[in-house]
Amino acid sequence: MLKQIQQLGANTLGTLQGLGRATLMLFGALWGRPRPLKNWHLYMKQIYVVGVLSLLIILVSGLFIGMVLALQGYTVLAKFGAEQMLGPLVALSLLRELGPVVTALLFAGRAGSALTAEIGLMKATEQLSSMEMMAVDPLRRVIAPRFWAGVISMPLLALIFNAVGILGGHLVGVDWLGVDGGGYWSAMQANVDFQQDVVNGVIKSIVFAFVVTVIALHKGFDAVPTSEGISQATTQTVVTASLAVLGFDFVLTAVMFGG
Amino acid sequence: MASRKLELFVGFFVALAIAALLLLALKVANTGVAGSDQSYQLLAKFENIGGLKARSPVKVGGVVVGRVASIQLDPESFQPVVTLEINSSYNNFPETSSLAILTSGLLGEQYIGLQPGFVDENVEILKNGDYIEDTKSAIVLEELIGQFLFNRGNQ
Repeated sequence: MLKQIQQLGANTLGTLQGLGRATLMLFGALWGRPRPLKNWHLYMKQIYVVGVLSLLIILVSGLFIGMVLALQGYTVLAKFGAEQMLGPLVALSLLRELGPVVTALLFAGRAGSALTAEIGLMKATEQLSSMEMMAVDPLRRVIAPRFWAGVISMPLLALIFNAVGILGGHLVGVDWLGVDGGGYWSAMQANVDFQQDVVNGVIKSIVFAFVVTVIALHKGFDAVPTSEGISQATTQTVVTASLAVLGFDFVLTAVMFGG
Repeated sequence: MASRKLELFVGFFVALAIAALLLLALKVANTGVAGSDQSYQLLAKFENIGGLKARSPVKVGGVVVGRVASIQLDPESFQPVVTLEINSSYNNFPETSSLAILTSGLLGEQYIGLQPGFVDENVEILKNGDYIEDTKSAIVLEELIGQFLFNRGNQ
């Protein structure tokens, strides 16, 4: 009994210490004026690795999720003779929920795990220590560009995901199932509000970008510098980031659309 | 050289995202410009347009022949004036044609049903800018229920 309580205490302390180290790392990386012009090539490289290389998986999954939404939505809406509402159904599901959340989950799997593994390996092969020996701050040089690349890239990816998904819904709903094309767009325009739906979706994905990127960087930076430690850190990144995204999503949805 | 290629890819990525935002802002959330085909305009006054919206379809026997271009309120008679954008390939409707605002299904969107009228030697064909005189308003469910209850009360 006492042992279990001790275990609980140890776990809580461990979690808090992890949070503290993550905050310290973030402060160290972002403290002071960011100098994107001086390290332009570093930022470009990371946006390429994190954003551009994730484009394919985002495009393909966005297209298919939009198509599946239209297909599933159509079978239900057709029962009530409300096929015209297919456009708003697809657009609102994507803009409010699926776009930001699925992008964040895919991003955690595709880019977050890679960030963790890369930084963990840098630590294991003592590249970070040798940077410090050369008076180069690894937080500024390694962590900061990756952080900004993640925070910039994910909202852009989510926007692309939404647009492709809506086009995919059009492909299935209008071109295949025969819903009226003008009705698809006009009902969508009547029901989608730019401020309420599009902007709130972008805000969501900025929050998710911050959460996923910080978790990925921290797990890598904090990894036990062995091959086993890196593999564990990578797994933890995907699991923790996914859970955090889903948790934050509920809170944000309750604040944005709940009232 | 490698850096230039990187910047090119990143620029392409950002441009794609901006295009997606424009699509979401203009086509999904707001009114976009529609109708690439040649069309001509007809006007009609209604008593009540119900839930009719711009870009709602105009149908003849279920076939879409055009769309509602705009809806305005006539400042003198306080009647809604609906401008219809009809595809130019359907340009031989007689002036005796009538319009009715109908609903697809029980809960569906509202659309305009065009019923072509008879043709004889002194009936003209509708041209761009003509008014269709014979119109039937949308059925407002509350009014219908009110009438029903009123009639029941009289019995």
